[in-house]
Amino acid sequence: MDPFGRFLADLIPLFNDMPAWLAITITGLIAGTLLLVFMAVFALFAVYLERKVSAHMQDRLGPMEVGGWHGWAQTIADAVKLLAKEDLIPKNVDRILFKAAPMLVFGATTAAFGALPFSADLIPADMNIGLLYILAVSSLVVIGILMAGWSSNNKWSLYGAMRAAAQIVSYEIPIALSLLVAVVIVGSLNMSDLVRFQDGTIFDWIFLKYYGLGFIAFIIYFVASLAEVNRTPFDLPEAESELVAGFHTEYSGMRFAMFFLAEYANMFLVAAIATSVFLGGWLPPFPVLDFIPGAVWFVGKSLFLVFIQMWLRWTLPRLRVDQLMYTCWKVLTPFSFAVLMIVATLIII
Amino acid sequence: MAQYFRNIYETIATVLIGMGVTFRHLFTKSVTLQYPREQRELPSGTRQKLFVNIDDCIGCLQCEKACPVSCITIETIKAEKDEDLGETSNGKKKRMYLTRFDIDMAKCCYCADCVFPCPTECIYMVPEFDFATYDRNDLVFRFSNLSDEKHKELIEREKAKEAAKQQPPEAN
Amino acid sequence: MPDLRTEVMEVNMGPQHPSTHGVLRVVLKTDGEIVLDAIPYIGYLHRCFEKHAENVTWQQVIPFTDRMDYLASMNNNFGYVVGVEKLMGIEVNERVERLRVITAELNRIASHLIALGTYGLDIGAFTPFLYAFREREMILDLFEEICGARLLYNFMWVGGVSHDAPDGWIQKVLDFCDYFSPKIKEYNDLLSFNKIFIERTANVGVLPADVAISYGCSGPTLRASGVDFDLRKNDPYSIYDKFDFNTVIGEGLKGTVGDCWDRYWVRIIEMEESVKIIRQAASDMPDGNVKEKIPKIVKVPAGEIYQRTETPRGELGYYIVSSGDKIPERIKVRSPAFCNLSVLPAISRGIMVADIVAIIGSLDIVLGEIDR
Repeated sequence: MDPFGRFLADLIPLFNDMPAWLAITITGLIAGTLLLVFMAVFALFAVYLERKVSAHMQDRLGPMEVGGWHGWAQTIADAVKLLAKEDLIPKNVDRILFKAAPMLVFGATTAAFGALPFSADLIPADMNIGLLYILAVSSLVVIGILMAGWSSNNKWSLYGAMRAAAQIVSYEIPIALSLLVAVVIVGSLNMSDLVRFQDGTIFDWIFLKYYGLGFIAFIIYFVASLAEVNRTPFDLPEAESELVAGFHTEYSGMRFAMFFLAEYANMFLVAAIATSVFLGGWLPPFPVLDFIPGAVWFVGKSLFLVFIQMWLRWTLPRLRVDQLMYTCWKVLTPFSFAVLMIVATLIII
Repeated sequence: MAQYFRNIYETIATVLIGMGVTFRHLFTKSVTLQYPREQRELPSGTRQKLFVNIDDCIGCLQCEKACPVSCITIETIKAEKDEDLGETSNGKKKRMYLTRFDIDMAKCCYCADCVFPCPTECIYMVPEFDFATYDRNDLVFRFSNLSDEKHKELIEREKAKEAAKQQPPEAN
Repeated sequence: MPDLRTEVMEVNMGPQHPSTHGVLRVVLKTDGEIVLDAIPYIGYLHRCFEKHAENVTWQQVIPFTDRMDYLASMNNNFGYVVGVEKLMGIEVNERVERLRVITAELNRIASHLIALGTYGLDIGAFTPFLYAFREREMILDLFEEICGARLLYNFMWVGGVSHDAPDGWIQKVLDFCDYFSPKIKEYNDLLSFNKIFIERTANVGVLPADVAISYGCSGPTLRASGVDFDLRKNDPYSIYDKFDFNTVIGEGLKGTVGDCWDRYWVRIIEMEESVKIIRQAASDMPDGNVKEKIPKIVKVPAGEIYQRTETPRGELGYYIVSSGDKIPERIKVRSPAFCNLSVLPAISRGIMVADIVAIIGSLDIVLGEIDR
């Protein structure tokens, strides 16, 4: 049984009396619901954070009215507005693909969340190929984006979709290679094994191991993950000043909200992968701080990375398509490959 | 090859410099005002809404002529010789009844060309800027302060005069 | 299996598009991301300035000149009043000239700030835009204090200026200069020398000097191509010949002479030069009545004149024909942004869609002026 199942069984003894199939189904349902709630809450919070971070970096204040204290309810109001909007589908779109695309994007992201190790007990699905599963499932996003861009029957959307496809598929490679560095060090694809390996102090975390090579791998992963989630400086698929809104130009209301939610959930996803693979997951930097629950550390570290993603977005301009490819194939991929080779050699020696 | 590594170095360095700038701004005080609650003090000569001090107007139509977009409409009726309409605050004698003094702020281009020619300085701009409405007709500001009865009476009188002019009194 | 083939895709960029700086429509013929041809279509913001000018008095034309290049209204007023004054033979006093130069240069800074900020937006950096607007807001505050308006000033009149500077205004201008100069470093740190920004703009949209001249480009667009031509120096009007400043020409610091980065950089340095001019003009300001030469009714003797001045966008020319009447016979405007935009098809063949955005941004067009 999964750690999460065991955790639930400890909490509610009733589970032990149930037949296994029922217990697993119920745990799955509970985990799924919790994850969806977490994603929604996180997306709302991240949008709020993004607005506040951008505002203060630009000497503004951001939303200040809705809800009273510093406009905390602004994103909730926005979400309600988006959900209450008329469901518009342009006339000449491919209706099936158009409707399916946001669901696929959202679904892929949610599925990937399932294998995240929030803490030692809170792993909805602790599988032995956890990392591979996350990478594989989150790649489905690109199909959803392609579907959205293609079905919209809009030239700008098509541009956005094509760019997204080329970009995300390319950046999978440096992402995988840099994550492999950690996998080679640990010798497991299991997410909780990856984290447990880094037990100890901050100096046992992988990003500080192997004479800075871990750090380089971490940076490569972080940069490539920015491209994976279409954030500046790699936000070409939705480059506002070039492609109007990219692949979601024709979307509005609820469907747009799903893209938006998925985008922010994806930001958390890549940050969470970086956290658990390179930054010690739910472990505190020093054992003294053990009294703080693991989930807090995990979410805190991930949020810090999300903050850096935002920080970069409000600082940097955007790359061009050919430069994007240059960065991927001529900089990130060779470097991550070299790091992987060196680390592998060091381990063998 | 050296260029390749220099490019990477430059990219990282300049990105970090830029991040430093934005990070410093994260903690500086914001420069914006929370508008409806905080408002900045407008300077004395600010050009916002047109206002006419109708008591001082002598009906010379200078402002109407100066307006490049014809947003001012004035109609006047001459006073009789024995009627005393009083004086303006700078001592000019008023000789006209102002039956109509309308300013269409929807048309106004805020150039203040009407303000300068006024001999009695009775048309000027006041620092009031939030007068948006749902109906464009609400932006027509009527400044004439004649009562309806007086207005009617004056028009009757004018009509009578016209009639008198057109039909010369019968001889004898 | 049938032969695979590709098709040229025609994309309508605009009239509603985030980075066409107004209602410009560019028809792009593209092969994937490569632009084969870009044809600008204008006329979506045509407001009949020239026809209006034939129906209102000489003084009433000035509010209409405001509305051509709405980002640099002072400079637009300037050219018109200088031209009319020359026709009428009016010499204005030193204080008026200085006030005009100060406001025109302040407006040049404000306009370049917008060019800089929106260029950042075009390239994808949001924050410089807000920083530029922060400084621009201060300039607008100064303008509001002197003439009451923040965007469309109607400040320079035939024979003078509409308002004298209030007490302490000159000091505030000097304070602004002190505040502003260090801020340029911030823009440089954040945007100008950012490697990604340089990669996006250097060697992109290279405009060779001969092409620039043959298309009639002017202003920063022309100077970035290495042509030393600034009407404030080459055909001085008002009292620009009294001030010590440099014309800025593109040197190809990060790429080729005349690329987008040069056009951007020329504007940055030009702001510094404008600060220099303002400092000189604002020091020991002479006294004088700013309205002493304003005629009651502007009546221009019959004749014609072509008056050109240097606006932030380049050579703004007014061809003024008077028949001796109270209203102008004809006013033709040679607008700099129009000529600068005309060069777009020439330098945008075989580049990428993202580069089109970079080029349009670097030309710094204002559609109000192109369509008039």
